[in-house]
Amino acid sequence: MKVGLLGLQGAFLDHIPHFDHLGVAHTIVRDNKGLDEIDCLVIPGGESTVMSKFLKEFGMLSHLKDCIAGGMPVWGVCAGSILLAETVDGEPGTLGSLPIKITRNAYGRQIDSRRHLIDIPLFGRHDFQAVFIRAPRIEVTDNKVVVHAVLGEDPVFVQKGSVMATTFHPELNEDHQFHEYFLSL
Amino acid sequence: MARERLNKGFAEMFKNGVIMDVTNVEQSRIAEEAGACAVMALERVPSDIRSDGQVARMSDPAMIQSIMDAVTIPVMAKVRIGHFMEARILQAMGVDFVDESEVLTPADEARHVDKSQFEVPFVCGARNLGEALRRIDEGAVMVRTKGEAGTGNIVNAVTHSRAITEELQALKGMDEHQLSQLAGEMRVPILLVKETRDLGRLSVVNFAAGGIATPADSALMMAMGSDGVFVGSGIFKSETPAKMAHAIVQSVIHYQDPAKLVEISKGLGSAMIGLENSALDVKMAERGV
Repeated sequence: MKVGLLGLQGAFLDHIPHFDHLGVAHTIVRDNKGLDEIDCLVIPGGESTVMSKFLKEFGMLSHLKDCIAGGMPVWGVCAGSILLAETVDGEPGTLGSLPIKITRNAYGRQIDSRRHLIDIPLFGRHDFQAVFIRAPRIEVTDNKVVVHAVLGEDPVFVQKGSVMATTFHPELNEDHQFHEYFLSL
Repeated sequence: MARERLNKGFAEMFKNGVIMDVTNVEQSRIAEEAGACAVMALERVPSDIRSDGQVARMSDPAMIQSIMDAVTIPVMAKVRIGHFMEARILQAMGVDFVDESEVLTPADEARHVDKSQFEVPFVCGARNLGEALRRIDEGAVMVRTKGEAGTGNIVNAVTHSRAITEELQALKGMDEHQLSQLAGEMRVPILLVKETRDLGRLSVVNFAAGGIATPADSALMMAMGSDGVFVGSGIFKSETPAKMAHAIVQSVIHYQDPAKLVEISKGLGSAMIGLENSALDVKMAERGV
């Protein structure tokens, strides 16, 4: 079992302590060869415009789409959820692997970023301190998408089959529940 | 410091990325298109500030706003060292990150801005561990090397990066007494020094800045342990800014792969004209210790 961390830009190294704690091997993926060596992939927080640009330029886009379509588990965190979305700000998304509509920076600029307490029934958690940073807003467009957590009425943790997305940053928390759950997909 | 975690987390998102100086809307679009993870909006790039030799201040908010409206990536802007009013103005207009920068003319020769009083995150320059820890203690959530801005000469960024790395290394072997003495010399709380020793690195994101002019320069700084890079004059004072910007971003992704760096470095035209340290009238890095 080897976890891939998409290493084009952003906070991919922040996931390593979590996977180390869970005793799982991991590697940083920057090309198609890297994609062939992993069992699942985290698309980290960072700038979605940068990651999207280099997925295309490095010729990784169709290969990654095929991997995801073939059942490889993938977790998009914040910018990663933007990459996975079918629609982004009204335009077709980069990977289009998750039937959700995304609005980028929907809650405002950094001055508007907040920590919120959310409930995650899947983990039996109440008042999980979720860190939202220039977060995108998800709108679910397919009833096959399971909503695991909401902020107000907005889904913030969704899953369809082996594809999951969080608009907040569990890698910035100390506990490993999200990483453990991702490994179970 | 209520927003410390949010702002430290935000800084994490810039890692392995390139933050570019831009002076107008057109340049901000070129930077975003080239793969910048953020832009720094300022009226003159450091090499022009250097050659103009005039007092350099916070940029016109209208100019910063036009860049905030033009790009979707985060926008940073600079304030003079100690000028908490410029910082309040930038915070009020919703700038994503404030750089309390030695590139502008210092407003206060004794004190930096008390950054813990702000909601907006701050980045500050440092030449050594003492400067870095003082800025963190004041509330900075991101540190960058000072280098020597506007020179296209990487030597000072290398010196500052190595100084911090070596001083972090030296912390590891220190006993309680030595740590306490060092904290006194550095004028920072012993708790911060201990936390830093235990982490084996700065407790905030640490970027390289000041003199980066080629993809080899940015790859060098990444290989020396930087989390990412700022490029100022190096892009829009080069012969082909869009190509240079794109190449520098790629070099940060592939800094461990010399074969890819060969391809990335090819056919970029002339880099910005560099200045030797001995030719400098003003050493910006000596401002704000």
